[in-house]
Amino acid sequence: MPMIQTLYDAILNGNAKAAKEITQTNLAAGANPQSLVDDTMIPAMNEVGRRYEANEYFVPELLIAARAMKASLELIRPLLSARGAEPVGRVVIGTVQGDLHDIGKNLVGAMLEGAGFEVIDLGVDVSPEKFVNAAKEKKATLVALSALLTTTMHSMKAVMEKLKESGMRQNVKVMIGGAPVTQKYADEIGADGYSSNANAAVALARKLLAA
Amino acid sequence: MQTQPWPWPASSWRPEAEMHPLLASLLAEGPVVTDGAWGTELQKLGLGPGEHPDVWNLSHADSVADVASRYVEAGSTVILTNTFRSNRIALAAHGQTTDPAALNAAGVRISRKAAAGRARVFASVGPSGKMLLSEEVTEEELAEAFTEQCRALAGAGADALLIETMSDLEEARIAVRAARTTGLPVIVSMVFDSGKEKDRTMMGSTPEQVAAALEEAGADAIGANCGLGIEGYIPVCARLRKATSLPLWIKPNAGLPVMADGRITYRTTPGEFGAGARDLRRAGADFIGGCCGTTPEFIRAVSAALRPVR
Repeated sequence: MPMIQTLYDAILNGNAKAAKEITQTNLAAGANPQSLVDDTMIPAMNEVGRRYEANEYFVPELLIAARAMKASLELIRPLLSARGAEPVGRVVIGTVQGDLHDIGKNLVGAMLEGAGFEVIDLGVDVSPEKFVNAAKEKKATLVALSALLTTTMHSMKAVMEKLKESGMRQNVKVMIGGAPVTQKYADEIGADGYSSNANAAVALARKLLAA
Repeated sequence: MQTQPWPWPASSWRPEAEMHPLLASLLAEGPVVTDGAWGTELQKLGLGPGEHPDVWNLSHADSVADVASRYVEAGSTVILTNTFRSNRIALAAHGQTTDPAALNAAGVRISRKAAAGRARVFASVGPSGKMLLSEEVTEEELAEAFTEQCRALAGAGADALLIETMSDLEEARIAVRAARTTGLPVIVSMVFDSGKEKDRTMMGSTPEQVAAALEEAGADAIGANCGLGIEGYIPVCARLRKATSLPLWIKPNAGLPVMADGRITYRTTPGEFGAGARDLRRAGADFIGGCCGTTPEFIRAVSAALRPVR
């Protein structure tokens, strides 16, 4: 099926307009939405990730690919929900209290959306209470915390404590990231995972939810 | 200076003949020691986490002046200004309604006074914090914000403009264009912290691409800061040196932050940083200082390490 191959290329090359049009054509021709996602779109994003790891792609290519993926998913998601299919996972994401940096958080959010997660973005300077309440309300399966500053990463620990206090801790996986953050810090505060970049964050999110 | 006969072929232009006169005069005696981190120093004086450091130019001018003076005492002959986040886009993201022009002008005045004629004042212009590629900000908005900031800094008497900690070459180019309208020398410093070899900007540009683009944009000096420790910036500096004849500005972090006993610390010692500064000089750096985690102690070590052997 050459059309599907083209959807793969549209995502790989970050062509949102083409991705959307080809998706429409395919759906009109009776393509199975779930298999479009599983057999074409996710493999395309996996290839994007491979190229990123291989230094062939950088942040700009990641972003436009995720955007193309999202354009296509916007057409497909309503069809999937109508059949009762759930998103891969529901993520509450935000930059922790005291920190106003959002570039890294936005990148991770875009990549997760591109990978089929439902992303609830709480913005920047998010209090522990707000993270916990949003996770509860939205029935999130994953909480993703970002911090750029050494002075604000401590707020991540406060979120972990709040999750425990509220009895929400066992309902969600927690992943963290940002310039000063390390795996060691994740272990120290009891987060489930750490990722050093937006691409690896997708693999980590999948791994955590599969566990 | 010996004048050249006119006309001379373009190929006879020597790189040093093109260097901005202020930078040439500063570098005539050898490498120049710049300053270290400001944010962490201000925190020692009571700046709260998450508080906008630049607002202190108006509310805590004495503390800001203290930091500047400590660097001059430690041997900095170029100091920056506490204006890294004083562009209207970054201020708005912080919920600040302070007039950017007032913050920038105050920053220059504070550093100028602290320099007391012993150091030059290069005014700091940081990134907007928004991404062009994600359409969070437009080129016009960036141009407007940087022009406003650069004019305020120049108007208050800065000696040069330093566009620093840039991750996106496009944003840096817009800032250079804005800065050049002031007529002051313009230095542009990018963060190299991405890719397998940590030799790319976040957007994937190599030192060679950065050098070519910024030279073309009309920068008077280029360089690298933040993102990596001093060992990481030695190869980046060497590659920039090969790629351009412009003076090089390098300010590494004091290593990468690590957690120890629940506190965040930087592992590199001032002594190690001083030794690294000598390697940076060998790799072609002209202006050398420190970014995150460095203190006046680090600058003292750099100053001692770069002192010519007589």
